[in-house]
Amino acid sequence: MAYSEKVIDHYNNPRNVGTLNKDSKFVGTGLVGAPECGDVMRLQIEVGEDNVITDAKFKTFGCGSAIASSSLATEWLKGKTIDEALSIDNMDIVEELALPPVKIHCSVLAEDAIKSAINDYRVKNGLEAIVLEKSHH
Amino acid sequence: MKQPIYLDNNATTPLDPRVLEAMLPYFTEKFGNAASRNHAFGWVAEEGVDYAREQVAKLIGCTEKEIIFTSGATEADNLGIKGVFEMYKEKGNHIITAVTEHKAVLDTCKHLEKNGARVTYLGVKEDGLIDLAELEAAMTPETILVSIMYGNNEIGVIQPVKEIAAIAHKHGALFMTDATQAVGKIPVDVNTDGIDLMAFSAHKMYGPKGVGVLYVRRKNPRVKVTAQMDGGGHERGMRSGTLNVPGIVGLGKACELCRLEMESESVRLAALRDKLETTLNKMEESYVNGNTQHRLPHVANISFKYVEGEGLMMAMSDLAVSSGSACTSASLEPSYVLKSLGLSDDLAHSSIRYGLGRFTTEAEIDQAIEVTQKAVNHLRELSPLWEMFKEGIDLSKIEWAEH
Repeated sequence: MAYSEKVIDHYNNPRNVGTLNKDSKFVGTGLVGAPECGDVMRLQIEVGEDNVITDAKFKTFGCGSAIASSSLATEWLKGKTIDEALSIDNMDIVEELALPPVKIHCSVLAEDAIKSAINDYRVKNGLEAIVLEKSHH
Repeated sequence: MKQPIYLDNNATTPLDPRVLEAMLPYFTEKFGNAASRNHAFGWVAEEGVDYAREQVAKLIGCTEKEIIFTSGATEADNLGIKGVFEMYKEKGNHIITAVTEHKAVLDTCKHLEKNGARVTYLGVKEDGLIDLAELEAAMTPETILVSIMYGNNEIGVIQPVKEIAAIAHKHGALFMTDATQAVGKIPVDVNTDGIDLMAFSAHKMYGPKGVGVLYVRRKNPRVKVTAQMDGGGHERGMRSGTLNVPGIVGLGKACELCRLEMESESVRLAALRDKLETTLNKMEESYVNGNTQHRLPHVANISFKYVEGEGLMMAMSDLAVSSGSACTSASLEPSYVLKSLGLSDDLAHSSIRYGLGRFTTEAEIDQAIEVTQKAVNHLRELSPLWEMFKEGIDLSKIEWAEH
């Protein structure tokens, strides 16, 4: 399969690879996917004042599109408020990276990872978890 | 060095220039139809086909009349299995095969199940070989055919063909083998091995695509298959259709070259493969898949735990290899061959197949080792699973969100 230039760029130069302290109450961690399905994403956000995401990191086990989707997600998350982050739709990722139909699930996983990280942060800080849309089962 | 380095010779091989040279006249001046009996154009084409038939027969130890030319191994598998099923209907309807067979065999069997066949799919042991006791137990008076591949395309293991043939024959069944990966690579002799039908193709042994063979035994016993294509009655009535003369001539030449060079070539390839495999297997959490004693000399299948195969292949864009992970659908199915060895899905997703060939050099293997090591290390840096493994977290205890 031929990958788009943007996928290749994110794959070769992944942005924001790394690990934040998952025990910090300012950090939300989302771990989605499963090894037996061939992709696992871990996405973390650090939230500062006014609910602004000050840092985002990821690590991904998966194909090039999965790695690129999560790399792009961390780029987009930085500087956004939690509410803005919640509005990131998987189709935005599909469009930006020109993912083919068979790779759409990679973008869905990235969206799930964002929401799951936000929920982790919310629960840690005494807020209710947001009910996730299960659009892809 | 040519980039990328081609290490996918189980998928297909490049055409040997000597094969091309043999084929070329048959596209132009020797263009005749081998079935044209009444002029020189036909005779010249027929001569070319006859000579190729001899070359093929010599490689596998049979007579010329036992060679049926087809469009490839898939057609040969179809013709052999469906042809036997139809021809021996009176005797029984039971076929035995194995779960690690190529789709050309498995899907043909599935097709026949819809037409009244009963098929037993033998499992394999964790080294990829079938259990002979299990085969013996599966034999019934209705068993007409045992079809087990010679060498596996994904992991290269060689099945105990002689023993399988003996069991089949003891119970009055025919033995067929898909030998696509083995013929031309290791000695295959239909008489020593007790083979009644055998499928293989030219493009896996430096010949052209679009041409293959079904070997059909003519003596002890005389085997017959019902034709699957109606027409001019070519190939002794078993396979109609104008012969692909240039392809057949190329196949013949390819067989001859393999016969002459196999002995030294298999030693050379095994040494290169062992170098590749031993070095890569020294990496932490890497696993060699399949039996390492009984296998083809040119194949290595290795799982690099905690990295995903397709992602890994992308990091190794300088290498043309193949992965047991198919991340192309929502279901992300890993290789059924690797799964049947009992590999967990995540290890199957982490596998890479290296297929060496006649034109593989030692410098290319050295480069392949370097590229692989670099790519695996790079992807492990990106892998949350690797990080968790390093922290001593038991991944099997985590509740993964299935998707």
